Amino acid sequence: MTRHDAGAIAQLVADHEKEIAAEWFDLLKKAGALQTGRIKEAELQTQCGNFLHLLQHALGKVGTHVAHDAYQPVREMLGEVSRSRAVQGFSPSETATFVFSLKQPLFNTISRAKGVGTADLAQIMWSMTLLLDNLGLYTLEVFQKSREELISRQGREISELSTPVVKLWDGVLALPVIGTLDSQRTQVIMENLLQTIVDQGAEIAIIDITGVPTVDTLTAQHLLKTVAAARLMGADCIISGIRPQIAQTIVHLGVELNVLTKSTLADAFAIALRRIGRMVVPIKATSSDRQKPAD
Amino acid sequence: MDRIPILKMGDALLVTIQVDMHDRLATALEEDLTSKIVASHAKGVLIDISSLEIVDSFIGRMLDNIAAVARVLDAETVVVGMRPAVAITLVELGLSLSGVKTALNVERGIALIQRRLETPEAVDGVGED
Repeated sequence: MTRHDAGAIAQLVADHEKEIAAEWFDLLKKAGALQTGRIKEAELQTQCGNFLHLLQHALGKVGTHVAHDAYQPVREMLGEVSRSRAVQGFSPSETATFVFSLKQPLFNTISRAKGVGTADLAQIMWSMTLLLDNLGLYTLEVFQKSREELISRQGREISELSTPVVKLWDGVLALPVIGTLDSQRTQVIMENLLQTIVDQGAEIAIIDITGVPTVDTLTAQHLLKTVAAARLMGADCIISGIRPQIAQTIVHLGVELNVLTKSTLADAFAIALRRIGRMVVPIKATSSDRQKPAD
Repeated sequence: MDRIPILKMGDALLVTIQVDMHDRLATALEEDLTSKIVASHAKGVLIDISSLEIVDSFIGRMLDNIAAVARVLDAETVVVGMRPAVAITLVELGLSLSGVKTALNVERGIALIQRRLETPEAVDGVGED
């Protein structure tokens, strides 16, 4: 398509901007863009109008060369639209439909226009299809990217949230590990634990792995690293919360956990109390002790 | 040449490392400490590394060596006050110092040695539960 043709199309679009926008909007509405209530009618209408206007502007300037700088505003606007859709929870096809559904009203308008030969028409349709496909794909790309950003941000938040170090008693810490232990999380957990050991002057740390779904050789290695680091700081570690299946896996894998292990946190806590010279006794026994005269 | 002072406290020797260790200093410390253990009949060696910020594999091995030598001379080595970052580094280097006893601070380290002196046979109390 020559520059002249592109100019003609741009003119055509400019002349019929209102109609195309209206037809496009109807089409989107029919496709169910508003049904889920995630986007307001007025907002969608503004987006249609703006996009058409920017597209017509770019067409008039450089034709269908999408890579040209003149298409920058179009891309920015599309990027904005698809980012907002990614956040609003639209599906990828719903997002891409926004651009692709423009084809029909646009082609209708072009074929209705006077003085366009059949051969020209085919040529024009082809180049417009290429242009809109390109923009549609760009929309998907941005959509994908924003979803990935969202996911990685959530991942970071989860890893920050799920590594608390809890004080059970003076000198006894518990570290309930939830989720899979990879090397990055182990680093965070280790730093948290060691810092808390220093801050609280803890003697014993209980690492509870009830919330760890699977333990393989790598996870075991990470656990042992944490234990070794805690030991270097002068704190003993107990690993608790080992479920039957995990115990079997550990043995089958031939992993040597050279630390004290207990099946439940309660058992580990009892051991920890004994190590620091405390004892849990029934209230009855203590109250009868109290009745005896003190010496 | 600089030397790291070794103080005698009762039956134990106290070494406080307050400067960045370089290799020659580490070797000198190892030698001094060995002769001091023999001369003073010390039963425990307390190494305070709370102001040590940088360790490398050489320093890690030196700690292990000192512990091994001390054990041969019937003295217990306790490393106290290790910083979290130092602990992580040593573990990443693969040096878990398994022959060395550790404690959080000097006070607890002395208590550990004291306990060992009171019950001389019940050493290696890691696995009692």
